[in-house]
Amino acid sequence: MSKLYTFLKYFFITFWTVFVVAPFLWAVSTSFKDFQSVNSKVTYIPWLDFEPTLEGWRVLIKSPAKGGVDIVEPYFNSIFVTCTASLISIVLGTLAAYALSRFTFKAGFVRNNDITFFFISQRIMPPIVLSIPFFIFLSTIGLLDSLLGLVVVYIVLLMPIAVWIMVDFFNRVPKELDETALIDGCNPYQAFYKVVLPNSIPGLIVAGMFCIIFGWIDFFFAFILTFTEVQLLPVKVVALNSSITPWWSLSASALVSVAPLIIVAFIVERYLSKGNLSGALK
Amino acid sequence: MNFKHKFVFLFPGLFVLIGILIFPIIFTIRLSLSGWNSYTPEMNFIGITNYIRLFTDDPRFWESFFRLSFLSVTTVILQYVIGFALAMMVWREIKFKRFFRVIFLVPMMTTPVIMTVIWRTFFHESLGPVNDLLGGLGVKPILWLSDPVIAKFTVIIVEVWQWTPFMFLLLLAGLLSLPKEPFLAAAIDGASPFRKFVYVTFPLMAPISIGAIIIRLIEASKIMDTVFVLTSGGPGTATETSSFYIYIKGLREFQMGYAATLSFTYLVIMIISLTIIAKVLTKLMIKE
Repeated sequence: MSKLYTFLKYFFITFWTVFVVAPFLWAVSTSFKDFQSVNSKVTYIPWLDFEPTLEGWRVLIKSPAKGGVDIVEPYFNSIFVTCTASLISIVLGTLAAYALSRFTFKAGFVRNNDITFFFISQRIMPPIVLSIPFFIFLSTIGLLDSLLGLVVVYIVLLMPIAVWIMVDFFNRVPKELDETALIDGCNPYQAFYKVVLPNSIPGLIVAGMFCIIFGWIDFFFAFILTFTEVQLLPVKVVALNSSITPWWSLSASALVSVAPLIIVAFIVERYLSKGNLSGALK
Repeated sequence: MNFKHKFVFLFPGLFVLIGILIFPIIFTIRLSLSGWNSYTPEMNFIGITNYIRLFTDDPRFWESFFRLSFLSVTTVILQYVIGFALAMMVWREIKFKRFFRVIFLVPMMTTPVIMTVIWRTFFHESLGPVNDLLGGLGVKPILWLSDPVIAKFTVIIVEVWQWTPFMFLLLLAGLLSLPKEPFLAAAIDGASPFRKFVYVTFPLMAPISIGAIIIRLIEASKIMDTVFVLTSGGPGTATETSSFYIYIKGLREFQMGYAATLSFTYLVIMIISLTIIAKVLTKLMIKE
């Protein structure tokens, strides 16, 4: 019985690992192929099945005029939009979360929980519902097809996440902490800034990671709200897909775009193992 | 004194969010009462004509909505079962525990559309590795993307690959934060692993499970990126979800007014059904 269980367990773990890794291996292999080795028959292993070339990777840094893909600029655009929106969301979200965790609000039938729910419920909003009005809104104020416009939209996507994680986190930070600080003569802002914040680093890191993930992976808003002036990474890669589909440069650019966040997986794992995440994510 | 400070903390976030959202929502409602399309791009007022059209003469929207429900419920159930199983397996000591944890987390860190582009080449019916390897085993080529039934499962496979890690993360974080005492008690009573799971682990995990399922359902109901790249809603309308249908009406056919009607109705249905699901789940799982 227990032997069978152990066997099944390792079988399942192996199966899932292969499933997770398979598309990456395929992409790595494809990125070194050329027209011949993609289109004649299915090939897997470089040198054995096909002659690897660096063409797929080389076009990434060439300028479009020379037939390149140029994902450098979209790359920096993506980094800029994600980081700016995450930072604003974290700052505003943390402040709001602190207020919702420490003070009581009452306005008619609205209580703290309702306000928290209002923040978090923004995630329910399907992107398509917002995209049409945002399209018209941003074109009215002249921010369509600009980085700033995207930052504004991404704040709506990310602030709910920051509030969700930070409210839970602050609820777990003992109230005595700020009370002691207040008795010691701090004003509420100092108590928050000097005492509560330094004790909330794990929560802030988790919230930051989630904001960065969900900002980085968004495609739809970037797709609808930008055209030529500004391009974000996912849009650029998908645009490659719709043309004549050169699988090699497609794979190479896909790998380059997903690479940075894979580091986040390692950070998350470290936090899990140290037990810091459990508190911040419940 | 207390009164003043708390608003300083809350208001910046609250008002930025409301400020950004208030216009789109009011605008959507107003737009839904207009006949804005590519011929008459203006904010006229045609009353509830659009709503009548939606409720009496648009089976395609309701089909896409049921398709969405099917896709999101199926993927979330699969993600929950697999995510829970994976979390249980790497919860306690096993060899290479940290390696597997990282591997299991990786897909959620990757951009769905970009990975879907890769999946599309992966499932390519003549040049992709899946059919090639299956062909080596003597299986006939499977029409991953062009058969109306199989295409749905392809979407489900990709979604499960992409988002099981999220479930896994929430559930593993939950498992790691469980108190030790109930497990000790069960061990002293000599409970089998199966009974331990049914009577100790699962009930303790119920609140976390509910949270995780609801969060995933919310996110899954927005499924769009995968469909957009993998099948573009096709073949025919076989994988067309509500969002995608609204996208076609609004931003391809430029029936803005009608698309706004669809959007608003869709949003209301989503809020109501998710609230009901949350209530039902809470009742079902906490009781056990």
